Amino acid sequence: MKLVVRGGRVVDPSQDLDGFLEILIEDGCIAQVDEKVKGIRGAEIYEAHGMVVCPGLIDMHVHLREPGQEYKETVRTGTLAAAAAGFTSVACMPNTAPVIDNRSVTEHVMKEARVAGFARVFPIGAVSKGQKGEELAEIGEMVSAGVVAISDDGFPVSNAELMRRALLYSQHYDIPLIQHAQDLDLSAGGVMNEGEWSTRLGLPGAPGSAEDVMVARDVLLAEDTGGRYHVAHLSTARSLDMVRRAKAQGLSVTCEVTPHHLLLTDEAVSKSGFSTNTKMNPPLRSESDREALLNGLADGTVDAIASDHAPHHTDEKDVEFSVAPFGVIGLETNLSLCLDRLVRPGIISLSRLVELFTAGPARVLSLPVGTLEPGSPGDLTIFHPNRPVTIRAKRFRSKARNTPFEGWRLRGRPVATILGGTLLNRPKN
Amino acid sequence: MTQEGWTRKDLIGIEDLSVPEIQLILDTAESFKEVSERPIKKVPTLRGKTVMNLFFEPSTRTRSSFEIAEKRLSADSLNFSSSTSSLSKGESLVDTALNLQAMAPDLIVIRHGHPGVPHMLAERIPAGVINAGDGAHEHPTQALLDAMTILQHKSQLEGLNVSIVGDIEHSRVVRSNIHLLNKMGAEVTLAGPRTMMPVEVEKLGVKAVYTLDEAIKGADVIMILRVQLERQSRMAFPSTREYFNLFGLTRERLKRAKRGVIIMHPGPMNRGVEIASDVADGPYSVILEQVANGVAVRMAVLYLLAGAFQEAA
Ligand SMILES: [Zn+2]
Repeated sequence: MKLVVRGGRVVDPSQDLDGFLEILIEDGCIAQVDEKVKGIRGAEIYEAHGMVVCPGLIDMHVHLREPGQEYKETVRTGTLAAAAAGFTSVACMPNTAPVIDNRSVTEHVMKEARVAGFARVFPIGAVSKGQKGEELAEIGEMVSAGVVAISDDGFPVSNAELMRRALLYSQHYDIPLIQHAQDLDLSAGGVMNEGEWSTRLGLPGAPGSAEDVMVARDVLLAEDTGGRYHVAHLSTARSLDMVRRAKAQGLSVTCEVTPHHLLLTDEAVSKSGFSTNTKMNPPLRSESDREALLNGLADGTVDAIASDHAPHHTDEKDVEFSVAPFGVIGLETNLSLCLDRLVRPGIISLSRLVELFTAGPARVLSLPVGTLEPGSPGDLTIFHPNRPVTIRAKRFRSKARNTPFEGWRLRGRPVATILGGTLLNRPKN
Repeated sequence: MTQEGWTRKDLIGIEDLSVPEIQLILDTAESFKEVSERPIKKVPTLRGKTVMNLFFEPSTRTRSSFEIAEKRLSADSLNFSSSTSSLSKGESLVDTALNLQAMAPDLIVIRHGHPGVPHMLAERIPAGVINAGDGAHEHPTQALLDAMTILQHKSQLEGLNVSIVGDIEHSRVVRSNIHLLNKMGAEVTLAGPRTMMPVEVEKLGVKAVYTLDEAIKGADVIMILRVQLERQSRMAFPSTREYFNLFGLTRERLKRAKRGVIIMHPGPMNRGVEIASDVADGPYSVILEQVANGVAVRMAVLYLLAGAFQEAA
């Protein structure tokens, strides 16, 4: 089984590659990347003229909702959405029912992913048993079953001593701890960012400091322990600054940001007329926070863009703003949004964007993907850098429709996804 | 009387309204005031119209005011109240809305604890929706009746100094009043404990001060807000006694007020907490006029929206 992709602009930030190159995939793995690959007799040829070809994209923060909430999303529909959108790898969060806090649930998720066959699924295990924040989960057992990181996402690790222990213990397996950084007392009752717009709308606000005090505490503990610490969906200027300083200090501290925090502010809650698709956690922040995040992308402080894909059923979201569940989906809008709103205006380069979706998250999670290094898995994403597209939730492969980007007209879109040398799809309109 | 110039199906908030729209409501209310002074306080204007009053929060004052306004306009009213956020246990707001719409009301008056609910309802059903208070967001008829009351004592709103004192954070009355007074050219000063002042409130075009004396000084109008004792879950102040010491309006403190100052309160009052009895019942108080004007303003709003509905139908 051979596949040659040629004629496109190949961008692989893991090797500083950016040029018109050919790629040969053989037996599911990258075999050659060269101006003219050799030994292509019998190979299927994919002509990628006018396209960009890069390592298969990684979304390091998604909620697949399986097991337990299959009415929102399943491993199958979530990975189908990923494949349609150019993502060959996803890391899924453990806030399922039951929680991914042991070997058997981990194995179940991985088996469902293999059966579906649309994307590589890297489960993230819980930090604590049942995500209760009390005792450590069986981290070693989960790692041997395939878990690549630990997180109590959705339930911040509030207890500082548990955090310290987890940062120490996780070093036995050299995996990062991913924190949903939020002080639950400071954010109590908040349904949006505390600021001008919460004041105008009369909605209870959660201040940015709820995130900042947690990041500050955790960075100190990361310094004490030497553990690998990653901030999920970082959303404030001050938290970003703390990550920047921790990196300068040489600590193993990394972070991801979401497209919605990069492209929207809390004003969207008002502009959308209380749309519950502008309600997520952490909430959409102020314009100055948003600008700081954009700077963080450009200066290298941010390691990855991740969607925090959080599917909810339409009936759950179609309620009063205050009582709606937090979260929006993002897998099927990630790439087009970032191409149109980050690369096209020149906020970051195309290769930096590719890095944020490939080499960046691969480095954070120590994944074997996200590179075109010979011998790596033969995962490619082929996208058109400026073909127009309009976001229409009803066309999503995800089961969910809760996007704040409905109707956005963008330029740049995925064209084909290759997983382990197999061409999965050529998404249509 | 004319409904000319009114095109909205709903009254969700003051923030959306233009100055001519506010003026139209106030003028219309002024002409309805006369109805309440007749021996037979009833006009046939809304005969055959159905108005539903949905109160998802306890409210005696606002609900009665709307009910009286509806009766004086000869509308058929239906009242639903519930202390939870749905009318029937477990029913979603959207289902509630669809069920109500099936009964084909012309107008719906809604009070709800969550901001945005009247907006949500208005988007989904053809009936006109009147916001009778949504969480800490807006309470447009209150701001309108406050404006009407001020205008009975002052020749115009433009250039007036209006101080609003109390629990700013949890008050929908404040937000609607800020929008209305700003649009009409008044200067608004807010005062209250720092723990009850919402962040970045200056961006709404007001000044924030943190002593009662600063709020009193130079004010033409002082509005005292109800301290929402039931909403103080966030450690905002230690006791009602301390509140009264810092921000309770007393006759002694009023000595520093400008001549001709008027004192307002949207009710219900906590005497001895935010306002002393001798001030509430004293010569500057216009609190009972507010109540009377509430009926006229609500008649005006019902009348204007019913007309808009007719044209749309
Ligand atoms: Zn999270």
